[in-house]
Amino acid sequence: MEAIKSIINFLSYPEWSFTLSIVLFGAAVWSRWLWTKTGGWVMFAVVTIFFALSMFDPNFFVVVAKPDNVPIVMMIYLIGFFWWFAMYKAHRNDELMESGEPTFEKSESEDRIFTWPDLVFSEFICMVLLTVGMVLWSILLKAPLEEPANTSVAPNPSKAPWYFLGLQEMLVYFDPWMAGVVLPGLIIVGLMAIPYIDTNKKGNGYYTFKERRTEIILFLFGFLILWCELIVIGTFLRGPNWNFFGPYEFWDINKVEPLVNVDLSEIIWIKVLGVGLPGNWFLREIFGILFAGFYFLGLPVLLIKSKFVNRFYQKMGPTRYFVGMTLFLTMMLMPIKMYLRWFLNLKYFIHIQEFFLNL
Amino acid sequence: MEALKNLQKNIVKSQIWKSIFRVGIPTDNRKRALAMLGNVFLHLHPIKVKKSGLRMSYTWCMGGTAFFLFLVETITGILLMFYYRPTVEYAYFDMVDLREAAAFGIMRELHRWGAHAMVISVWLHMFRVFMTGSYKPPREFNWNVGVILLVLTLLLSFTGYLLPWDQLAIWAITVGSNMARATPLLGAEGPGAALLQIGGTKLIHVGSDARFGLIAGRTIGNGTLIRFYVLHCVAIPFVAACLIAVHFWRVRKDGGISGPM
Ligand code: HEM
Repeated sequence: MEAIKSIINFLSYPEWSFTLSIVLFGAAVWSRWLWTKTGGWVMFAVVTIFFALSMFDPNFFVVVAKPDNVPIVMMIYLIGFFWWFAMYKAHRNDELMESGEPTFEKSESEDRIFTWPDLVFSEFICMVLLTVGMVLWSILLKAPLEEPANTSVAPNPSKAPWYFLGLQEMLVYFDPWMAGVVLPGLIIVGLMAIPYIDTNKKGNGYYTFKERRTEIILFLFGFLILWCELIVIGTFLRGPNWNFFGPYEFWDINKVEPLVNVDLSEIIWIKVLGVGLPGNWFLREIFGILFAGFYFLGLPVLLIKSKFVNRFYQKMGPTRYFVGMTLFLTMMLMPIKMYLRWFLNLKYFIHIQEFFLNL
Repeated sequence: MEALKNLQKNIVKSQIWKSIFRVGIPTDNRKRALAMLGNVFLHLHPIKVKKSGLRMSYTWCMGGTAFFLFLVETITGILLMFYYRPTVEYAYFDMVDLREAAAFGIMRELHRWGAHAMVISVWLHMFRVFMTGSYKPPREFNWNVGVILLVLTLLLSFTGYLLPWDQLAIWAITVGSNMARATPLLGAEGPGAALLQIGGTKLIHVGSDARFGLIAGRTIGNGTLIRFYVLHCVAIPFVAACLIAVHFWRVRKDGGISGPM
C-alpha cells in the first residue's frame, strides 16, 4: 500500500501528472470504447475506488473533507459524467448519420409538444428534487466559519475561493498581471469570440463529434485541462507556501523547494554566450522580445503554410484566423511556460523589472 | 373520495379561484395555450416546444438549474440580510448568531452550498451549450450574454465570500484582490503604470490604483466590507437579473431551444 501511495504521490507532481493527463486526454478523445456504457461504468468505478480507498489515508482525508472542498469532489464527478454523456450521445449520433439515418434530435425536432403540462411539470419536478437535494446537503454539512478575521495573521496557505484556484495556480508560472488580469480577461474575450470565429456550420443543435472534431478538442483542452485540472491541483495538491504535495503527503510547513529559476536572458547571455548581462535592458531582453515577437507575429503566418492549418485559414479568412490564432497561442503559452519551468527552470522570457513587465 | 372531488370542484368553481386562475385546469389545447399566456411567470415559455429540446438528455436542465439556484440564492439571501450587519464589529458575530440562534438554522448553508452549486451548474450549462453547438448562428449573441452571466456568477460568489468576515474570508479576498495591484497601467505594480504621470507626479499609486478602487482602501477593512456587501446584495444581482431576462427572451427569439435545422 505504502509503495503504491508513494508512486501516486510521485506521479501527481505537476510535471508528470500534467503530461499524463494530456496523454490520457488524447487517448480518451480518440477512444470509442470509453464513450460506451461499459466504458462509462468502468471509469466511474475506477474514480470511485480511488476516492474510497484514499479516504483511509489521513492526509488525503483532511484536505478532501474540508467543507469548502466538497463541491469540488462533486464537480469532478459531474464534469466527468457529463463529458462522458456528451461524447456518448455524440458518437451515437455520428453512427446514425453514417448509416444514413437522422440524428436522435432530428427525428424528434419536428414534433411540437404543448408546454403545459409536459415542460411545466418537468420543471416543477426538477425544482422539487433540487430543493430536497439542497436541503439535505445543508443539513448534513455545516457551512465553515473560521476564527474572526485578523489582518495580521495570514493562514498558510492563503487560498482564493476554489473557482479561482486555476488562476492562483497560474501565478506559479506567470506574474500577477498575466495570471490575474490579462489571462482571465482573455479567457472571457476568447469565450465571447467563439461564435464569431467558428465558421463550421455543421453540428448546430445536436450532439456530434465527427463534424466538429477540432473545435471540440480545443474547447475541451482549455476547459478540462487548463481550467478544471488546475483547480483540482490548486485545491487538493497545493499546501503551505503554495508548495506542491502529493495526495497522501503531509502538508509540512517546513518543506523547502529550492528556487533556482533563471531568466531566458541569463540562460542565453551567461550560460550559452558566456558573456555577462548587458546593462541596457532592451539589449539584455532582446532574445525574449524576439521570441515573443516570433511567437505571436511570426508563427501565425508561418503556420498558414502547413496543410492542416491552411484548411482553417481558407475557411475562416484572415481576420478570423489571426484573432483565433492569437487567442489559441495565448492559451498555449500556459502549458509551454509550465514545461519550460519544469525542465529548464525558466522564470521569465522577458524580465524588465524597470517597468514591472515580466512575461 | 366523492367528498374530495366535490371539494375540488367547489374550490375551482369559486369566485376567488376563478379570479386568480382565469382558465381553470387545462383540459383541451386551447386552454393549454391560454394557461401559458395568462400567467406572467409561465409566459416566458412558448406555447409549444420541440420534443427534442424538451429532453433532459439534451439540455441537462443545467440552464434551468442555474436559474433555480439563482432564485434560491435570492430568497435565502434576503432572509440572511435580516440578520447580517456589514460592519467589521458585527459581521462575524452575526454569523455566529446565525449558526447558533436563528430559527431554520440552515439558511447560511443553503446560501453557501447553493452558490457553489450555481457556479458548477453554470459551467456545465456552458459545456452543454458548447457540445450541442448551440452558440452557432443565430444564437451568437445569447452565448455572449451567457458569458457575461458566467462572469457575474463568479463575481457574486467572490463578493459574498468576504461577508462572513472570518479568516477564510479576508485572506481569500486578499489573495484575489492583490491581483488588481498588477493591472497593466491601472495597478500600482502593474506594467506601464509608471508611464502615467504628470510632471513627475504619479497618477497611479497604492492610494489610487485598481486595487484601491476594488477594496475601498489600502488594506481590507470596513470600506471593503460595505463595498462588497452592496455589490453582492444589490448591484450584481440587479445586473444579473436584467441579463437573465435578456437571456431568456433571446432563447425564444432565436427560435427556442436549438435543434437540427
Ligand atoms: C446565470 C447563468 C445562466 C442562466 C440562469 C441561464 C439560463 C438558461 C436557460 C434556462 C436556458 C434554456 C435551455 C437550457 O436550460 O439549457 C439557456 C439557454 C442558453 N444559454 Fe444560458 N444561462 C446562464 C448562463 C449561460 C452561459 C454561461 C452561457 C454560455 C457561455 C449561456 C448560453 C446559452 C445559450 C447559447 C442558450 C441557448 C441554448 C439552446 O438554444 O440550445 N448561458 N440559458
